[in-house]
Amino acid sequence: MMELDGIQKRLLEEIADLHGLPDGAYNIRSNSESAGRRSTANVEITPKEEGSGLDIRIKPGTKRESVHIPVVMTKSGLKETVYNDFYIGEDADVVIIAGCGIDNCGMADSEHDGIHRFYVGKNAKVKYVEKHYGSGDGAGKRILNPVTEVYQEEGSTVEMEMAQIKGVDDTERTTTAELAAGAKLVVRERLMTHGCQRALSTYVVNLNGAGSSADVVSRSVARDDSYQRFDAKVIGNAPCSGHTECDSIIMDRGRILAVPGLEANDVDAALVHEAAIGKIAGEQLIKLMTLGLTEQEAEEQIINGFLM
Amino acid sequence: MALCANRERYDMLTLRNISFDVHDGAEGREIIRDVSLAIPDGRLVVVTGPNGGGKSTLARLIMGIEKPTSGTIELNGEDITALSVTERARRGIGFAFQQPVRFKGLRVLDLLRLAAGRDISPADACEYLAAVGLCARDYIQREVNASLSGGELKRVEIATVLARGTALSVFDEPEAGIDLWSFQNLIEVFEGMRRNIHDSSIMIISHQERILNIADEIVVLKDGQVDRQGPKDEILPELIGTPAAVAGCRKTAREVRA
Ligand SMILES: Nc1ncnc2c1ncn2[C@@H]1O[C@H](COP(=O)(O)OP(=O)(O)O)[C@@H](O)[C@H]1O
Ligand SMILES: [Mg+2]
Repeated sequence: MMELDGIQKRLLEEIADLHGLPDGAYNIRSNSESAGRRSTANVEITPKEEGSGLDIRIKPGTKRESVHIPVVMTKSGLKETVYNDFYIGEDADVVIIAGCGIDNCGMADSEHDGIHRFYVGKNAKVKYVEKHYGSGDGAGKRILNPVTEVYQEEGSTVEMEMAQIKGVDDTERTTTAELAAGAKLVVRERLMTHGCQRALSTYVVNLNGAGSSADVVSRSVARDDSYQRFDAKVIGNAPCSGHTECDSIIMDRGRILAVPGLEANDVDAALVHEAAIGKIAGEQLIKLMTLGLTEQEAEEQIINGFLM
Repeated sequence: MALCANRERYDMLTLRNISFDVHDGAEGREIIRDVSLAIPDGRLVVVTGPNGGGKSTLARLIMGIEKPTSGTIELNGEDITALSVTERARRGIGFAFQQPVRFKGLRVLDLLRLAAGRDISPADACEYLAAVGLCARDYIQREVNASLSGGELKRVEIATVLARGTALSVFDEPEAGIDLWSFQNLIEVFEGMRRNIHDSSIMIISHQERILNIADEIVVLKDGQVDRQGPKDEILPELIGTPAAVAGCRKTAREVRA
């Protein structure tokens, strides 16, 4: 077990609300090495060869267990690609908390590319929470390019909460999902970009089985000179229902491109896309100012609420 | 301060020769025309008059959302004409909008806490909501978004002003969009405020006879000007039985009689 320094501990708090070691199974990855790992009777975590990632196997029927797999990077100039594969047994009901925090005070770019694959068994339920966070005032960039692949068997449910609120300079997020009959996918993405940051988020969801459903909702704020692209494609290949929504606030010189994509290959596929982009409504600011808030305080409240 | 030594009594709010112009293309239009008005301490003043007469604009001028083209506004003797909305709010002006705005992500409880200026308990928040006829437990965690009906939103808006407990509370057509049952409740809220008015003042913009009836004074605003003003007992009989009080878009009593 490796000792974590103050910055690493702070990053862990930011991304996983961890103030010590988590309950249940976990693996803490710090500067490309494992800083601690624990398997439990139902959750087995084994490293892949050469430290390139983990295999996480959750036994069928496992209930109310959690798996923490946070990643922290504090060395400037590190670049890594990590493959984590999750095998979630039938009827399991688990929470998986991932997340990556990068502190870069140096001149070189730091980059973590996490490739997560989820094989979700029949009727299993997974809640996946992922927070990305960057800090440090070095000129080197903090770069995160997560790839998430989800394969859902019949009747399974996957709920994903993904948040990137601060400090990540460049991100290219790709999420793909394949859903069998009766499977359900719910995604809640929260994104805020500042400065010259850039964030691209792409979803491709295939609804392959009858009665499958997907609900992908992104709320985002682009400030300063930042740029975001939200590209969500839902493909209905069976009687199914799909909904995507991009709701964004732009400020300063921020720019956002929302690309709706719906493809129905079955007459009983019901697909909806909604997108709204705009600045904070003046009436909202004025209402909060009539309660005694300054314009900046009003802005902050509106954005915090929006990204909750 | 020299003014205090004089022990001069100031009205809560004094409007002096307020005018407000807007520009529709090349043409200018005067929406408020040389209005002078005082709202004394401890009084409930109801402003009524035809739609488009300038009532909401006058309320927005008082709150500082619009700035007058000319004239001055005083709060307790202090000239607040140049002050921002925030500064006026902090000096004790509260305002319930005719058409309240919605917020994605802000809950009713969040809004009431911002209004109260402190971290009020859910129980306190419930009291403000109960006063406007909303069953608090259901509402406190609701988002102030499109899921609230117009009437619900309107009641939450009124509750935010109650939560502020301001020296001067301005309500712009509080009855609009509120069902009959809740209207009874609303009247009771205003009667309660009227009883406990002490050093505060209330201005309600309304067309409702029952609200006019609890006024100390009534002001009729028409074409951007004060058409009439005076004690309720004097003005209300002139308005009652005429279409003016009920349907503001029609003619005022004076025109009807003329
Ligand atoms: N900012 C503005 N620009 C142009 N016209 C306005 C503006 N604000 C109000 N008006 C006009 O001024 C008149 C008075 O409006 P308002 O104050 O809303 O009246 P009331 O509340 O008495 O119905 C209306 O004709 C309205 O269209
Ligand atoms: Mg009006």
